Amino acid sequence: MASNSSGGGGEGGSSDRQRIAQQRLRIIAGHLQRPADDGLIVLAAECKGQNNKTEASSEGRTVPRRRQEIMKWNGWGYSDSKFLFNKKGQAEFTGKRYRLSGMIMPALKDWFEGTFGASLQHKTPATPVLTSSAVQPPTLNEAFVEELKSTGISFSHNAEDRVFRAHGHCLHEIFALREGKFGRVPDMVVWPNCHNDVVKIVELACKHNVCLMPYGGGTSVSSALECPPEETRSIVSLDTSQMNRILWIDEKNLTAHVEAGIVGQDLERLLNESGYCTGHEPDSMEFSSLGGWVATRASGMKKNIYGNIEDLVVHIKMVTPRGVIEKSCQGPRMSTGPDIHHFIMGSEGTLGVVTEVTMKIRPVPEYQKYGSVVFPNFEQGVACLREVAKQRCAPASIRLMDNEQFKFGHALKPQVSSIFTSFLEGLKKLYITKFKGFDPNRLCVATLLFEGDREKVLQHEKQVYDIAAKFGGLAAGEDNGQRGYMLTFVIAYLRDLGMDYYVIGESFETSVPWDRVLDICRNVKARIVRECKDKGVQFPPLSTCRVTQTYDAGACVYFYFAFNYRGLSDPVHAYEQVEHAAREEILANGGSLSHHHGVGKLRKEWMRETVSNVGMGMLKSVKEYVDPQNIFGNRNLL
Amino acid sequence: MASKAVYTHRDPMLKKRDDFEDILEERRSSSDLRYALKCYTPVLYKGLTPCNASLLKGMVLQSDQLHYVISQMSKGTGRATDDIQEEAMAILDEMAHSLQLSTIRFFAFTLSKVFKTLFRSICVNEEGIQRLQQAIHEHPVVLLPSHRSYMDFLLMSYLLYTYDLALPVIAAGMDFMGMKFVGEMLRMSGAFFIRRSFGGDKLYWAVFSEYVKTMLKIGFAPVEFFLEGTRSRTSKSLTPKLGLLNIVMDPFLKGEVFDVNLVPISISYERILEESLYARELLGVPKPKESTSGLFKARKVLSEDYGSIHVYFGQPVSVRSLAQGKVNRCQFSLVPRHIPKRPSEEIHSFVNDSAYKLVRAQEENMVLKPWVLLVSLLLQNHHQNQGSADAGQRKGVALDELTAQALWLRDLSREYGAFLHWPDHTPPSEVVSSSLSLHQGLVRICEGRVHLAVEQAAAGVGQPQGTVTPEEELLSQAVVILSCVSYRNQALHVFLRPALLASAIHTASSNNKQEVFNSFSFLRNMFSNEFILCPGATVQDFEEACYLLMKTGALQVTQQEVLVTESGHRTVAFLTNMLDPFLQGYQVVCRFLCEEATDSLTEKLFIPAVRKFIIKLLLEGRLRYAEVLSSDLQKNVLAALLRLGAVQKVKGAAPGTLKINTVMVNSLEDTLGGKLPTQKTVSARL
Ligand SMILES: Cc1cc2nc3c(=O)[nH]c(=O)nc-3n(C[C@H](O)[C@H](O)[C@H](O)COP(=O)(O)OP(=O)(O)OC[C@H]3O[C@@H](n4cnc5c(N)ncnc54)[C@H](O)[C@@H]3O)c2cc1C
Repeated sequence: MASNSSGGGGEGGSSDRQRIAQQRLRIIAGHLQRPADDGLIVLAAECKGQNNKTEASSEGRTVPRRRQEIMKWNGWGYSDSKFLFNKKGQAEFTGKRYRLSGMIMPALKDWFEGTFGASLQHKTPATPVLTSSAVQPPTLNEAFVEELKSTGISFSHNAEDRVFRAHGHCLHEIFALREGKFGRVPDMVVWPNCHNDVVKIVELACKHNVCLMPYGGGTSVSSALECPPEETRSIVSLDTSQMNRILWIDEKNLTAHVEAGIVGQDLERLLNESGYCTGHEPDSMEFSSLGGWVATRASGMKKNIYGNIEDLVVHIKMVTPRGVIEKSCQGPRMSTGPDIHHFIMGSEGTLGVVTEVTMKIRPVPEYQKYGSVVFPNFEQGVACLREVAKQRCAPASIRLMDNEQFKFGHALKPQVSSIFTSFLEGLKKLYITKFKGFDPNRLCVATLLFEGDREKVLQHEKQVYDIAAKFGGLAAGEDNGQRGYMLTFVIAYLRDLGMDYYVIGESFETSVPWDRVLDICRNVKARIVRECKDKGVQFPPLSTCRVTQTYDAGACVYFYFAFNYRGLSDPVHAYEQVEHAAREEILANGGSLSHHHGVGKLRKEWMRETVSNVGMGMLKSVKEYVDPQNIFGNRNLL
Repeated sequence: MASKAVYTHRDPMLKKRDDFEDILEERRSSSDLRYALKCYTPVLYKGLTPCNASLLKGMVLQSDQLHYVISQMSKGTGRATDDIQEEAMAILDEMAHSLQLSTIRFFAFTLSKVFKTLFRSICVNEEGIQRLQQAIHEHPVVLLPSHRSYMDFLLMSYLLYTYDLALPVIAAGMDFMGMKFVGEMLRMSGAFFIRRSFGGDKLYWAVFSEYVKTMLKIGFAPVEFFLEGTRSRTSKSLTPKLGLLNIVMDPFLKGEVFDVNLVPISISYERILEESLYARELLGVPKPKESTSGLFKARKVLSEDYGSIHVYFGQPVSVRSLAQGKVNRCQFSLVPRHIPKRPSEEIHSFVNDSAYKLVRAQEENMVLKPWVLLVSLLLQNHHQNQGSADAGQRKGVALDELTAQALWLRDLSREYGAFLHWPDHTPPSEVVSSSLSLHQGLVRICEGRVHLAVEQAAAGVGQPQGTVTPEEELLSQAVVILSCVSYRNQALHVFLRPALLASAIHTASSNNKQEVFNSFSFLRNMFSNEFILCPGATVQDFEEACYLLMKTGALQVTQQEVLVTESGHRTVAFLTNMLDPFLQGYQVVCRFLCEEATDSLTEKLFIPAVRKFIIKLLLEGRLRYAEVLSSDLQKNVLAALLRLGAVQKVKGAAPGTLKINTVMVNSLEDTLGGKLPTQKTVSARL
């Protein structure tokens, strides 16, 4: 992940980690010595005034109002970071932000050409600049605009601003942008600075019947941010990015009260400065926001220690057309009827705007250690993860990649690097493939991340490796593990590279009971291959999966698929059909509609069968009550 | 690769079929021993879990499903689980195959010898073999051959060995186990044995279904069984049995495998080894126990010419594509998959529909020989002559007349999509005479006229003339008739739909299309235990029948009316005559139930009683068709009446006591006879 974050997996080896952790401990100690009366650290109170607009960026916040200043408008992530094939035909990752930045990956070209039948000769470059004239002129609700002006809340109807907020990161969305095609985009963007701003905006929207669409980090992968083409009202994108402050930290109860627009990397960095973390690390944490997590029921990589978002929130404040919804206290658990948080979590921007959240925090762990285990085959790997879950000893993170991903990981090895000790690695590979008789076309690898105090980590590590050994697993070193985690932050960049050369792809996820894991992996992968063939895809697709989370009763499984679309007249359509079929297959195999990406509009057609007619009715009646005018009209979910 | 449509209603003429190769040709020119010892390296399933017969047993005994059933039983009965586990093991030992290549090699050698003496050729579509090989590689495979002879499954294994394909494991009936030595031999050649009935025995069912599923899931070997459940004694396809099909589809439905390929295989015998054996059985001569000596005593069998066998390996049918849009597999998400559950209504009808489609696919690729057409004509002629029972009339058909009719029928059947092997480059007269000579036990040519060999049959009973009772004479003639009927039946599926339409036109009171349809629908419903008629396909079948009759110019179909054309009368008459024995038979059985049946009639007594009744009618000359004596037909009528609710099994009384709704049976009889219009309620609207 980005090197300007200290919460993620990007930092050096374990000794490095240790040093940082100790430094943090000193900071924590510092806090404790402070004569503060009740352990409450007030970081901000009043709403940021209009005079200090630049405050956010000056405080080192990541996301400026004009996102296009640092991020791509038609691809993933920072403008300065991207994969490309250089003149020598070698893959290279540009920029300075990531561990992989500035490095060359000599094996990637062969892997890429071999896997997809792609060729560096056949390019499909993106439209270089956004032509504002291609964007529909905004439909403005004059009365709304007038009144909004009087509140002093900043807004824009600049084409670039609007286009930027018209999409998430689904393949079809990015593909269209690369082609310079824009469908319905928001007519206007507003940047509230605090809860009260949001209250005002929502009031005005109700008054003037304007459609509001909350926008957090824009990392949605469920078409949640797509404007409904049938919407005739003025659509206003409510960008929460400027509501990005930690309002207070309560060290006695280990909670922090945070504005919902803060993005993951900022939240972790700022908390780290006080010696704390939330431990919530979705792969998109560089850009996704707290409000977005709540609105989609997000899941972080280290949920085994810290929990998923629903375990992390203590209190939520949401502004709805009916008014503000929140609980009256911060009790850790309540028996007060159905938990109203659960109407908010997963509401995907259909009920209101989450403005402030009280979250659990933890002291930054003393020690972190990566690890990896190689298994002779995927079946053994899954059996091991199941056993780990059964014994409830899962490390902070444990992920199992299948053989294709194992190979992919190897293709991404950089040429020179201290941590990528290729010679030793080569030896290790030899050991695995030759001496132990592992079949290089079947073996698979699990990556591990342990956290906690040093002794416990080492103990824990031993326990997990002992279980792994029972399933034929061999410890394969820290580096392999660390590389695995690092890749999750650059994989989204890789898709852009593929798209430069006729390769399109996507990932999607599900959760499934343990006894179904192997079946669902096999069947969905096979279904993808079959569907691609049926849809006229010329080369066998890449169809791979990994198990990314373990639970008592099941696991979260991620699928990746990508194919070379040369020869297809409508690649996006073909792609969507394949994804659709894959989802059908998931459901037929006892998988859920989504473990954490949410429903959005992409998976809406399956909602009814997922939650039953009555369930659907319940959700609808809530929507009806909370938002009878359908002000929050992004039409997700229902 | 697996085709989406198992059976299509497009113009059947356009069906493309593969060519055949004779595998005996090579056997006749090279060493059988070398062949039996050849290097055998079949293509295996790509997801194969290596395993042997005893490991396999272990897997079954360790399975979650069995554990579950055993612990449930133990809780229910108080029996120790170990005890039940042992019982399970015993069941498995009784059941399991012990497939050994050496046994297959032994059979490869001996069967080569036997086949060469019995048959002129064994023809196989090699493209089908290639498809099968690919199918075996891709997914677990289930082989579904038609079942007309004991020979079938040895023949199948022989063929797969010949083509270097994975040897199947075969579900066989327990009755084979009676033949000790043969039973063990068959076991070693891949047969596993299932009890014929195990009604409520949950343990048996669990062991059995888990055994089959495990073999399928790990790709142990192709699993082979007979959809029809037993050998068809009539050469008509039998209503498919669903038990095993349910089992082999289960792993797909529950997501344990990506797909399962079902391969319908059509085995057509030019002459069936069991020909007269079957006829006798249907007439009530008790079935000889399948004993070793019985099988080998057939020395006479070995000295005869049984013509050729055609084996057609059909398009593999993917269970996945069958289920597409028909089954919502999510229904299996809410209960652990190892807990046995009755299939839901949806699954049941899916399996049932699939079973019918598969049997239709078998029928479609059955090779018909010219003899089948000849015997159809001869039977019709026989019965017509019988009708005008003037003693002075000359019997049979003139040979050249028969040839001319056969050519007409050849063309018609081709239009209807029959898979007819008529040697087009041989003069028709030669085709006819060589066909007749292969079946000299059933036909006679006398003074240039051809007729069925019924007199000889009677004479052949062996006793001095005077001592043969009329009944004995009738029965021995019936043996010949039923043998002939079994050949005619091979062609039934080709003509069935048009024949139902022709009969419907005949019985309907007007030419009104809706009325004809009602009548068609009634007949179709009535006969759905008799013939393979896919459930719910009435309109489709009606349209297909109209299409075929229109195509051949026999019918004009307008919005309102269905009219037989001038030139169509011949076709329509032929078709009606073909179905007439069944129409009459059904009426006669109904009449029996109304007139003769007593309150104490049980299922068991039904066949002998109805047979007695029919013999009486035949002897009195009130019924022409001796084939109505077939217990198969009689059972089918009873099944139909039970299904329609015209007869009910009474609970509480002696087992199988039948309660007859005389009014309803009577009206069914009248409707069949065209005396009553079909009730609108019985049929869907067009
Ligand atoms: C590369 C990549 C990796 C990812 N990895 C993960 C992962 O590991 N775990 C995971 O859970 N997800 C992951 N996601 C999905 C995505 O990051 C999550 O759904 C995330 O929670 C969305 O947050 P966001 O701030 O970007 O929301 P957006 O994309 O801006 O919005 C998502 C939805 O939430 C609504 N919304 C946003 N903010 C608010 C608010 N304040 N109040 C009310 N509604 C709001 C929006 O209207 C929209 O419907 C990943 C996505 C990408 C592209």
